[in-house]
Amino acid sequence: MGAGPGPDSAVVRGESSVIEVDRLRKIYRVGSIEVAALRGVSLRIDEGEFVAIMGPSGSGKTTFMNILGCLDQPTEGSYSLDEVLVSEMDDTELARVRNRRIGFVFQTYNLLPRLNAAANVELPLIYRGVPRRTRRLLAVRALEAVGLKDRLHHKPSELSGGQQQRVAIARSLVTHPQIVLADEPTGNLDTKSGVEIMAIFQALNDSGITVVLVTHNADIAQYAKRIVRFRDGLIVADETLSSRTIAERDESLDALIAGLTEGTAEEVKAG
Amino acid sequence: MNLLEGVRTALSSITSNKMRSGLTMLGVIIGVAAVVIMVAIGEGANLQVSSQIERLGSNLLIVMPGRTREPGARTMGAFGSMDVLTMDEVQAIRDECPSVGAVAPEISRGTTVRYGSSSIQTQVVATTPEYLSVRAFTVASGSFFTEQDVLSAAKVAVVGQGVIDELFSGADPIGQELKVGQVRLRVVGVMGSKGQSGMTNVDDAIYVPITTAQKRILGTKYVRTIYAQAHDAKSMDAANDEIVSALAARLGSTDAFYVRNQADVLGAAQDVTRVFTLLLAGIASVSLLVGGIGVMNIMLVSVTERTREIGLRKALGARTVDILMQFLIESVVLSVVGGVIGIIVGSAGSRIAARVAGWPAAVSLGAVLLPFCFSLAVGLFFGIYPASRAGRLNPVEALRYE
Ligand SMILES: Nc1ncnc2c1ncn2[C@@H]1O[C@H](COP(=O)(O)OP(=O)(O)OP(=O)(O)O)[C@@H](O)[C@H]1O
Ligand SMILES: [Mg+2]
Repeated sequence: MGAGPGPDSAVVRGESSVIEVDRLRKIYRVGSIEVAALRGVSLRIDEGEFVAIMGPSGSGKTTFMNILGCLDQPTEGSYSLDEVLVSEMDDTELARVRNRRIGFVFQTYNLLPRLNAAANVELPLIYRGVPRRTRRLLAVRALEAVGLKDRLHHKPSELSGGQQQRVAIARSLVTHPQIVLADEPTGNLDTKSGVEIMAIFQALNDSGITVVLVTHNADIAQYAKRIVRFRDGLIVADETLSSRTIAERDESLDALIAGLTEGTAEEVKAG
Repeated sequence: MNLLEGVRTALSSITSNKMRSGLTMLGVIIGVAAVVIMVAIGEGANLQVSSQIERLGSNLLIVMPGRTREPGARTMGAFGSMDVLTMDEVQAIRDECPSVGAVAPEISRGTTVRYGSSSIQTQVVATTPEYLSVRAFTVASGSFFTEQDVLSAAKVAVVGQGVIDELFSGADPIGQELKVGQVRLRVVGVMGSKGQSGMTNVDDAIYVPITTAQKRILGTKYVRTIYAQAHDAKSMDAANDEIVSALAARLGSTDAFYVRNQADVLGAAQDVTRVFTLLLAGIASVSLLVGGIGVMNIMLVSVTERTREIGLRKALGARTVDILMQFLIESVVLSVVGGVIGIIVGSAGSRIAARVAGWPAAVSLGAVLLPFCFSLAVGLFFGIYPASRAGRLNPVEALRYE
């Protein structure tokens, strides 16, 4: 794929795709002033891709991620997920997509302060109707995957910024979604912790999950398979990495992530 | 998300802010307890008044001089002369009214009664022996005065329990001599204790033959009240008509006297206490309403404060109805728990109030269910608005909320 895709380029390829956006525009109105956060973004992300989104502050990355996560609607343009238009979904369908198909990691972790780490990770499973005991089991596995097995009962206020970030990541993957969207998941971490997190995302991606993450860090972006660059609400570059960096990881991580799949599968069968 | 999960979530958020939840509940508790207590006081008063009136005797018709336009009002004799009825009228009722069983006259007047060197203020009730059965009174010791005593205007008296306590310091009064004015009266009996009955306190009175009072004490030939007892409840109306026509024939007009029956008096008194109950309940409802507004206020604050939480829950897959349910359950739990505590506090409070007032405690089912349902409705009503407001928010907007 080349840089600077034209307005129509998103609908060229024919293989099965996960995410497809076409000429997305997002206008914020503050008083009488209009701010265009996205000014016509077209992009296609296939199943199993690992995309890093880069770009200067204010270029529209978070706005774009929110739309991908079905948390916000574009002012113009279309977004289809597995060939279904998101704009046509009703409240229940949207909730289902957010709950089952997408795992979202927020730039500001967004943990509930009065719940401990395990309870925070369990939250999406509640809305999925998973029984309490299975919920706890899956939450523990997810927290173990992000290296927080010994912090299950800590409240967010009793965790470091990096640890809170990991809880948020655990929460996004506990449902074993098809897509993980992460808005600066390593923004508050040192290089070593950042690499640990990238190992998790690579393991997730290797298990078949599509990963899209926003980062300001060029080194972190090297762990992805593809880098998309934003500027002033437009995509200005889109490159597939020929040689990406692989983060070292323990085999147990893959086992844990697989365990989430199995656990979820069991659960789906049972439910 | 199922209901159990919703209740669990609601409880966890209620207990996570105990102080605020407690204060919110306090508003509901006070409101519900106030309604329960006020209604219980009103109903207790009603029971009390009713039982006093019922203790007048049964199937009773009361004849009084004068006219009244409001049965039950204490203005008897306010229109017309008091000196109308005599023993002849008593006899006429006895002779001419087949539906009437016993008849007894009564004159009652406050007087000073002396015994030895002590004296008290009490009622002198002048009547005939039939009075006992008409008013359903009993004699505790000795005996009531007899027909013979009435015929001879005997200087005898029967005393109430209160008089014994005050005048004789509790000693046996039978055979002792009382003085009313210059008249010496020998005590022949003691009345059984009955407390307040109608307008008179049975215990705080002495009873003398009507003739003794008319000739020796008061110097009058008139009587103030005639009690006539119908044979049974069914003959009350007939007895009433017979008395009216008998007396009208004798006195020349129906304007000089009036006849009331117990049901009239009871109905009038109950009307008064019902208004009293409604008034109290109305005042208490205001505090319940204020409690309800408190719940709404807290729910609004809580929703605003937790806008980010709502955004997050929606982002994680909560549907609008899930959010709605969460807040609704929360406000219903708050107001129902408050309501139940209020009912418990209110019931205990009304028992205490009843004891202080010396009334029967009357916590009726209605007085408990009504405020409970109201508090439930308050929880639902005031919970729905903020909850639906929260449920409709766009997750990103909610998450950005500061
Ligand atoms: N709710 C809003 N109301 C008005 N303008 C907004 C709103 N949200 C974002 N914007 C504007 O939209 C533009 C893009 O914002 P966005 O948050 O997407 O940037 P970003 O690329 O994520 O930046 P950063 O790297 O700092 O996180 C910015 O100019 C911002 O001011
Ligand atoms: Mg951003």
